[in-house]
Amino acid sequence: MENLSQILGRLGGVYLLPVGLALGAFVLIGAPASWATLTIAGLSMGMMVFLMASGLSLIFGLMDVLNFGHSAFISFGAFVAATVLSALSGWVGADSVFLNSMALVFALLAAISFGLAAGWFFESVIIRPVYHDHLRQILITMGALIVSEQIILALWGGTPITVLRPHFLEGAIILGNVSVEIYRLFAFALGLVAFIGLYLVLNRSRIGLLVRAGVENREMVEALGFRIDRLFIGVFMVGSALAAVGGAMWAGYETLITPALGGEMMIVVFIVVIIGGLGSIEGTLLGAIMVGLTANYVGFLAPKLALASNMILMTIILLWRPNGLRPAVK
Amino acid sequence: MTLLSLNNMKTDIGQYAVLHGVTLDVPEGGVFVLLGRNGAGKTTTLRSIMGLWSPTPGSVTFRGADITGLHTADIARKGIAYVPENMGIFGGLTVEENLILATDKGRFDQPRLKRIYALFPALEQFWTKQAWSLSGGQKQMLAVARAIIEPRALILIDEPTKGLAPSIVAAMAEAFREISQSATILLVEQNFHFAKSIGRDMAVIDDGLVAHAGTMADFAADTELQERLLSLSA
Repeated sequence: MENLSQILGRLGGVYLLPVGLALGAFVLIGAPASWATLTIAGLSMGMMVFLMASGLSLIFGLMDVLNFGHSAFISFGAFVAATVLSALSGWVGADSVFLNSMALVFALLAAISFGLAAGWFFESVIIRPVYHDHLRQILITMGALIVSEQIILALWGGTPITVLRPHFLEGAIILGNVSVEIYRLFAFALGLVAFIGLYLVLNRSRIGLLVRAGVENREMVEALGFRIDRLFIGVFMVGSALAAVGGAMWAGYETLITPALGGEMMIVVFIVVIIGGLGSIEGTLLGAIMVGLTANYVGFLAPKLALASNMILMTIILLWRPNGLRPAVK
Repeated sequence: MTLLSLNNMKTDIGQYAVLHGVTLDVPEGGVFVLLGRNGAGKTTTLRSIMGLWSPTPGSVTFRGADITGLHTADIARKGIAYVPENMGIFGGLTVEENLILATDKGRFDQPRLKRIYALFPALEQFWTKQAWSLSGGQKQMLAVARAIIEPRALILIDEPTKGLAPSIVAAMAEAFREISQSATILLVEQNFHFAKSIGRDMAVIDDGLVAHAGTMADFAADTELQERLLSLSA
């Protein structure tokens, strides 16, 4: 006779966790409209965190690099996008969806371009001398983070900056008793597109095959004739660009940003990467959605526990699965 | 004709000197076996050839070209395949993905693939399975298949029979005989009976130096030498 874990494994295994969490919250919350609003908010938050965390997970998994400076890309992404949106304020506030969209596209492209360039610089100048040395990696990336925050302070100042949202993303859609913010739907959709893109690249292309193999055994990939150091640069650049896009989306979500944004998000990003399992995009998505849903449900049900909710979630998951929900095979 | 030459190869791992000056010529064709006690430096020799550890000083010459100090990937692209002691398969990838990763252009040469199926039928059977789910013998077959999925002049194989069932060891010996018809195998092996059954030439490494080199037939006949160099009883 099959036991329960085998049946659950066949039905989806750890992927059922967010469903279980949502069902449990439905029972506890009682009000379907509130539950639906919280669930959508949790999913969109999860997708934005996924954007920020996916690069870190790949960088950690493939390159074995503890990059505490990852949050600098989040902060810079947010500030660069905010600056572009501010410069294009005429388009942002226009009644034309086309002009709104163009402002958003330029803001995201600026964040991506910055992330790619900064990622290349960071890997070449800061990370490369400290490969295989975790202690020095922590020290130098923490140092780089402090320098980055000071650069943001010097360029944008210490006072909070208001982020303009493109007009077509303002407001909400009302579905019965449920109010759904358009921006959250957009954030969810963008995160989903990024996930599908990453998934296809990792699972349907030769580059993706190399990245997945490199996460498991770098030395063997080189022994097969591939220069993994070149792959490292590419992964680092893409990971940094994803963080910058995540930062840009988060800036629009918060609408008021400070130079501490990246540092504040970094704790959540690390929790997601640890919960999901290092080096796995599917695990990162799962971890991000769990974190997003938990933060919203707990914030509603037990506001005093909201700050600790993700730490509690991480503790429970690590006690159950010390390597995370879906780590890459090592 | 010499395919690979090691000249006074010295390799340090951290603060430990492991190879103290290995000098060896590996002729083209057949199976060349490196024998030696545990910790003698056999694996270090293979890893130094692959550039995974840098020999300093000393040189490695392959097909007449100096490959000392080249990046591991560049050494591999010169036609040297490596099957490490831990097999180095990618457990999260399927059998097919493990093999396709080792192809030059991302697609299989069908006659070559058929030859691999003939050598290792289990691989065809478990083609779409993730490699971590294979048995130890099947993983070893996959590791060897990956080394021959493209034509390679030299295949370095580190202790392929370790922990394998006798029936798999026999199949592996048969496969190596066939592979050595078209490529040279440099094999590190502790199982002397296995080595004797397939080796044409051999060398014994002891304490980071070549203590003896010659033909396997001569060495197999000299029990006193075996006892002295490998502590084997007749």
